[in-house]
Amino acid sequence: MSAIKGKVWLFGDNIDTDVILPGKYLVLTDPNELAKHALEGLVQDFYKKISKGDIIVAGKNFGCGSSREHAPLALKYAGVGAVVAESFSRIFFRNSINIGLPAVISKGARGIIKENEHISIHLDEGYILRENGEKLPIERYPDFLLEILKDGGLLQNLKRKFARRGEV
Amino acid sequence: MGMTIAEKILARASGKSKVEPGDYVVGKIDLAMVHDLTGPLTLNVLKEIGYDRPWDPRKIVIILDHQVPANSTVTASLHQQLREYANKYGTNFHDVGRQGVCHQILAESYVKPGMLVVGADSHTCTLGALGSFATGIGSTEMASVFLTGELWFRVPETIRFELKGTLKQGVSAKDIILYIIGKMGVDGALYCATEFTGEGVERLSIDSRLTICNMAIEMGGKTGIVNPDAKTLEYTKCDSCEILRSDKDAEYQRTIEVVLEDLVPQVSLPHSVDNVKPVSEVEGIEVDQVFIGSCTNGRLEDLEAAAKILHGRKVKEGTRLIVIPASPSVYIEAERRGYIKTFIEAGSVVCNPNCGPCLGGHMGILADGEVCVSTSNRNFIGRMGSPKSKVYLVSPETAAATAVEGKLTDPLKYVRS
Ligand code: SF4
Repeated sequence: MSAIKGKVWLFGDNIDTDVILPGKYLVLTDPNELAKHALEGLVQDFYKKISKGDIIVAGKNFGCGSSREHAPLALKYAGVGAVVAESFSRIFFRNSINIGLPAVISKGARGIIKENEHISIHLDEGYILRENGEKLPIERYPDFLLEILKDGGLLQNLKRKFARRGEV
Repeated sequence: MGMTIAEKILARASGKSKVEPGDYVVGKIDLAMVHDLTGPLTLNVLKEIGYDRPWDPRKIVIILDHQVPANSTVTASLHQQLREYANKYGTNFHDVGRQGVCHQILAESYVKPGMLVVGADSHTCTLGALGSFATGIGSTEMASVFLTGELWFRVPETIRFELKGTLKQGVSAKDIILYIIGKMGVDGALYCATEFTGEGVERLSIDSRLTICNMAIEMGGKTGIVNPDAKTLEYTKCDSCEILRSDKDAEYQRTIEVVLEDLVPQVSLPHSVDNVKPVSEVEGIEVDQVFIGSCTNGRLEDLEAAAKILHGRKVKEGTRLIVIPASPSVYIEAERRGYIKTFIEAGSVVCNPNCGPCLGGHMGILADGEVCVSTSNRNFIGRMGSPKSKVYLVSPETAAATAVEGKLTDPLKYVRS
């Protein structure tokens, strides 16, 4: 997988699914509409302010709260290229990868990386490259998770594997 | 270094001899469950993929439980989609008449110790009480399970709860788990397996163990789990299954001791499950509705505890009591033992097995400003109806005593008399 490059947005610990995507928008099904409310609880008009591919770097327990798949979807369609955190809530981590948004665990990164700096994430090799050339280690994904991410998510991954069977 | 039961099951299911917390594995699924709210989403995903033949229909269980019998044309059509899929491929199917709360149906008829179980419902962790590894997953992932029979897992750390001693009369499994969640907080066991061990657990019935594991998710746990023993084998009618148990030298993230003698009836106050206090400290709150049922406390033991308190007494005027047995077999046995008659004579309504008002979708939804004392597992804002209603979570004993008095009541005085 090619490196994910972008500008950093820093966030703290325990960023929950209600600030990532408030519950009142769960009725929306169009991901582009969801995107307009991404992180609304913390940054007004986040979707207008970010550039495609920007990277969120946060503390521990990112995505805690509800099991809504809408939360990582909103971030992805707002243009977020990846989320780096000390740790993720279990369901957010799964949902995020399943919808094709890399959720990257990097211990200590939150304390080192600076707001607005440009970083690149090398998932295959297992590190983050900082602007100053410093490399920070990340938890490596096993091959099957990389494959899901390369396909753009679980649905696309399954489509590729099963659609050709032609039976509905 | 030994392994915990959770690690052993994930190792077995992924064909490995050893796994450690943090490892990623792909496990072969022994049992996959969807219900009437999550199943239709899974079918939609399959439609989009353009292929829907299940890997093994015998290992798929489809259960109608959230809104049964159908209460709207929307629900009816969800039921219809599931019925058609089940008929097309011959999966297990619990239609109206064989319906019941999904986790109870799985416990009674499907789960065996050592199985790897996934359900498109967050309380699937209930089934760990039978010595399986059971966890909730999303509907999209479930579509993947339907097609491949496999799923990826990150092997969790395990937190051990060592239960010591014996409960006092009138204090029950629900009080144990509410007490633990109050101490741990809603994220205290994030991503971890929570294993319940010790003589305190060995003495508990299977019904009680199911109650405890049911609420593991309310402290962020990936699953709750109890090592199988003679009671488990009898309950699951398991003569030939392979028994996996935690090794003596297994490694735990930490161990927390709970002394059962010290426990008193507990209540979780609105609107967070970890907002727990002894009932005696907040007695007297006026109550509009009491609900006894759900995957937490809708089993025979729960109905027995409530019936003992309600026998020969009346539900207080101005308070409504709704009782819902979790499955047809619980219903039949409760009827045979006279509990159903006791409930009806006391002035309550007894409904057919289903989730009922637990998630505010059916049978006993709350109005603005109403207060409900419930034996279920969540008291989030709006969980049982109006966002202006309030839910207090308690044991069946506390619920029954509360129904009699019309206000939140410590049940101890009723069990002593
Ligand atoms: S009883 Fe309540 S918590 Fe249990 S499965 Fe039904 S809705 Fe969910």
